[in-house]
Amino acid sequence: MTEVVIAGIGQIPVGEHYTLSLRSMGVQALTRALKDSGGLKPDALYIGNLLSSMISHQSNLGALFTDYGRLDSIEAFTTEAAGASGAAALRLGVLAILSGQADTVAVLGVEKWSDLVRADAEAMITQELDYDYESIPGLTSTSQAALIQQRYLHEHDLEQNALSGFALLAHANAVHNPFAFYRNPLTEEGYARAGMLSDPITIFDGATYADGAAALVLTRRELLPRGYAHPVISVMGSGASSDALSWHDRTEPMSFTAAVRAIDQAVQQAGLSKEQIDLFELDDAFSIYAALTLEGVGLADKGAAWKMARDGEYNIGGRLPILTMGGCLARGNPIGAKGVYQVVEAVTQLRGAAGANQVKGARAALSLALGGPASTAIAHVLKRESE
Amino acid sequence: MENPRYWRLKKQRYSLLGEVCPHCDSKIFPPRDICPECGGEAKTDFAFSGKGKVYSYTVMRDAPAGYEQNAPYTVAIVALDEGPMVTAQLTDLGEEPVRIGMPVEMVTRKLREDGEKKGILVYGYKFRPICFHENSQPASQGQAG
Repeated sequence: MTEVVIAGIGQIPVGEHYTLSLRSMGVQALTRALKDSGGLKPDALYIGNLLSSMISHQSNLGALFTDYGRLDSIEAFTTEAAGASGAAALRLGVLAILSGQADTVAVLGVEKWSDLVRADAEAMITQELDYDYESIPGLTSTSQAALIQQRYLHEHDLEQNALSGFALLAHANAVHNPFAFYRNPLTEEGYARAGMLSDPITIFDGATYADGAAALVLTRRELLPRGYAHPVISVMGSGASSDALSWHDRTEPMSFTAAVRAIDQAVQQAGLSKEQIDLFELDDAFSIYAALTLEGVGLADKGAAWKMARDGEYNIGGRLPILTMGGCLARGNPIGAKGVYQVVEAVTQLRGAAGANQVKGARAALSLALGGPASTAIAHVLKRESE
Repeated sequence: MENPRYWRLKKQRYSLLGEVCPHCDSKIFPPRDICPECGGEAKTDFAFSGKGKVYSYTVMRDAPAGYEQNAPYTVAIVALDEGPMVTAQLTDLGEEPVRIGMPVEMVTRKLREDGEKKGILVYGYKFRPICFHENSQPASQGQAG
């Protein structure tokens, strides 16, 4: 059977890149990934992006990046799945190779956020919600997460700051990630002093949207260049699922069922059990997303993920490390590029190249990117080849 | 801007007009012509009472473009008495603290404006606390927004 490997990874720091355009960010990440792959030549490029048509007034990114990335005339286009856009591009790349349509695929996640003032940009990302029935009444992605977190605190009778463990561990991990937006450690006191964004969500419970670009080069196992410089990391499973667009239309609003289905699909495809996963790059666009994901897939009891986060169960060296390079909460949330960053980080871990953040002996990693509050969910399982 | 879009939705925005499924009697809002419960065709109009209870809520400090004049404002998920849930702003709150389970009723209010751009004001449903004292008028009935 065809084995899809991630031969190359590349990323630029997540942040406010006022000096860099959408195209220059994307080309930088692409160039780094292609170089890292040992010079593979892709025959397709899939791009994960959400906002370029609105913020940069630029669509048709396939032509843009093949042109500026000097990838000649190869097939190239964008996949859009809100915050899961980058993961969708990866999934498409995997499927293209498995189907035999492509041998080597470049996957680029790219997002330009900082060209607009915040209120205008917020109004645009709100389009990932149900525009007619959520956005027009005045909801944003952040305030929707606040509604979910408020309900969670109510159902489990918790204090406003119950979810602090996720922000604390994310910031602790980002200290050692040179590609992270926030590299300062966060204390419980600092968390408690944070300004409120949308009750009960403070600035530390909602990830900062930011510019970013990250890229992957996928190929068949047998096409790896001679003398390939890295341990071989394979994509063992890929899963995707969806749920009602409006959060208020969910039959089980507090269950991230699409996330659960996508993960189950990817893990089963990989022939693994969840206990064999060594690290989990989940989607922490908001702390509550992390809690509901962990509880949904059974990595925490209902209403208990916040406590496990506080108790260090998800720290590096804990029972199941998550957000090992800082996640969205501290690395920053590059939206449509998020899913690619997660996989770049997971590959870094599986290669054993994560430095101070290394999860010791990591062999298998799970990634999950969400579009909206698990309206769309795309999961991947990566595994390091045994020597 | 987008006049046809707002015109198309006016029955939903002004009067919570949804559908009832002729097969399983589920009440549906917004209308989607296919019953989410049984999958049958459902095109029969149904006017919701506009009464419900708060399922969750938040106070938004940062408003997106078009909504700045209302900030801070309260958005809630309202579980309608007939079943479906809707996302809507709460209004006419006065001093009463919002709580999950609070009974509310629908009113029509201005939702957004386009600022300096030429365009229409969008009106639609918001919800206010139900006043239990029959003799007293809701305190801020005449207040827009």
